[in-house]
Amino acid sequence: MSVAGAIFPAATTAGGFLLVLMLVLPVLAVLATLVLGGRHARTVAMLALPSGLVLAVMLGSELVQSGQALVYVLGGWAPPLGIALRADGLSAAMLVTTIVILLAVAVYGDGDFPMSAGARETRAPFMFWTLLLAVWGALNAVFLAGDLFTLYVALELLTFAGVPLVCLDGRPETLRAALRYLLFALFGSVLYMLGAVLLYGTYGTLDIALLAGLVRPVPAVVAAAALMTVGLLAKTALFPLHLWLPPAHAGAPAAASAVLSALVVKGSFFLVIRLWLDVMPGIITPLAGQLLAGLGGAAIIVGNVVALRQTRLKLLIAYSTVAQIGYLFLMFPLAAGLVAMNLPADPAVTGGLLQAISHATAKAAMFMGAGLIYATLGHDRIADLQGVGRQLPMTLLAFALGGISLVGLPPSGGFFAKWLLLTAALLTGQWWWVAMMVVGGLLTSCYVFVVVMRALVAVDGEKRPKMEIPRYREAVVLGLASVSFLLGLAALLPTDVVLIGRPVISAVGLP
Amino acid sequence: MNALTLFGLCGSALVGVGLYGLIVNPQPLRKILAFNMIGSGVFLLFGVVARRGAALGMGGDPVPQALVITGIVVAFSATALAVALLLRLHEATGSATLGATDGDGAPGV
Repeated sequence: MSVAGAIFPAATTAGGFLLVLMLVLPVLAVLATLVLGGRHARTVAMLALPSGLVLAVMLGSELVQSGQALVYVLGGWAPPLGIALRADGLSAAMLVTTIVILLAVAVYGDGDFPMSAGARETRAPFMFWTLLLAVWGALNAVFLAGDLFTLYVALELLTFAGVPLVCLDGRPETLRAALRYLLFALFGSVLYMLGAVLLYGTYGTLDIALLAGLVRPVPAVVAAAALMTVGLLAKTALFPLHLWLPPAHAGAPAAASAVLSALVVKGSFFLVIRLWLDVMPGIITPLAGQLLAGLGGAAIIVGNVVALRQTRLKLLIAYSTVAQIGYLFLMFPLAAGLVAMNLPADPAVTGGLLQAISHATAKAAMFMGAGLIYATLGHDRIADLQGVGRQLPMTLLAFALGGISLVGLPPSGGFFAKWLLLTAALLTGQWWWVAMMVVGGLLTSCYVFVVVMRALVAVDGEKRPKMEIPRYREAVVLGLASVSFLLGLAALLPTDVVLIGRPVISAVGLP
Repeated sequence: MNALTLFGLCGSALVGVGLYGLIVNPQPLRKILAFNMIGSGVFLLFGVVARRGAALGMGGDPVPQALVITGIVVAFSATALAVALLLRLHEATGSATLGATDGDGAPGV
């Protein structure tokens, strides 16, 4: 393994202040909503989120220009004593994805959580806008943190922002779902912290770049890796720890479901990537990779089959999330296999991250589309979706485009991601993951097909919608679905942005 | 056995008992208490790590102490959030269980 200091300079790089701004802006926005009070929460969010997009794009372009990771060393104290913020290609890609989805959710949520001057102030809109900003801040912290303890704190902030989103409307079943989600998350966080103790006790640092050069497969470190991984799996809802996800994601208001399903579970998944590929690539055995992907494979089969059996649209989409989370974990044995053959792990890493991004955009669009369908029909029973194609043509198109990305047809982001993963699987001779991806794609196409065909059935006479949907809300859902659909064109980019500033993973972590 | 090993074993025992309680107890309040017990065990282990890292004439490594304080704050907020949710649930339904009667809930997969 090359010396960590060579990859991550221990001093602040050009553009390092952008990392600080990405953390400070959301926190200031949350504080502003609390100080200015309920009526101004929406205004604050509508000002802060677009500025966040500008910052994220600036950060990305700075990264591409310099070709190496951006670093900011807090207070000038270099690790291991101080704390560093780092942004590599993975961080930049996730930062941009996050802010794009949050902007779309904000425009969409404006219809559900309005804050007009005349209306009485209520709690749900205020909480929605504040928590939206809080989720954004917590995710930025997850993507930029350079050490395992800051990551822990960021992950907890993400949980505390995500849990109340589940029970925004305060119905008993959503309260129950939120509580169950929180208990799973607490189980995960305490295991993660236990792992962090063991690592600190062994090496005296929690800095990711420093640890990468130090870790050896001694018992304490293996135990730490196992504890932290299981904890993160509980938070990511990988099978068999997925039980909390469907009621929580399906019970929340549509705008909140979109944030939870698209972004919040990706936060802890991102931490698994950091842990497995950046902190301890040298001590991960092939068997461990196969085990993790085996759980992913079980998630794909179980999630898809149960999704097929659902009678409610939002629950179907939630179970589809369980299945799609499974795909994310296929990257680990593939990366390990490539490294073992002395090939670069790039296709597996890029494929895994692209899968996360394309699922995030597609799933946010599908949940928001389901919300519009619910608002129009007054229910979301899949058996009674007839006429939706006439009433909400743009929404149905968005749902279909999102579904295509989940199935993995060209030119969608899902296609390109699965293509990269399939390439890696074939290169390393792991044909069983190829079979798993093909079967999963077939099952996914079944339920997308069922929903779209039901919705396309014409009905006699004009059905009166329960609620008129403004055109812009349909447009934003379609816009987000199109992003997912066209994400495959990222293959045409000259450089692989995701890999900028990443350490070269090699199998030589062992002495 | 010196004091450090004793504290380490105590921390591990707390984690073990807490994990057992978290998994086995069906009532949410007991699960929350069990979570706090695991938390205490982990904080105790942090203390052991800090003591072991004592050097340069200091009584202990200061970094784990800073981490413990942060961890306590996080665990406290988590407990507060969980108890608040539980109270709201009790207000809304009159019971404080995660019972199987989910209106929108998942079938038992």
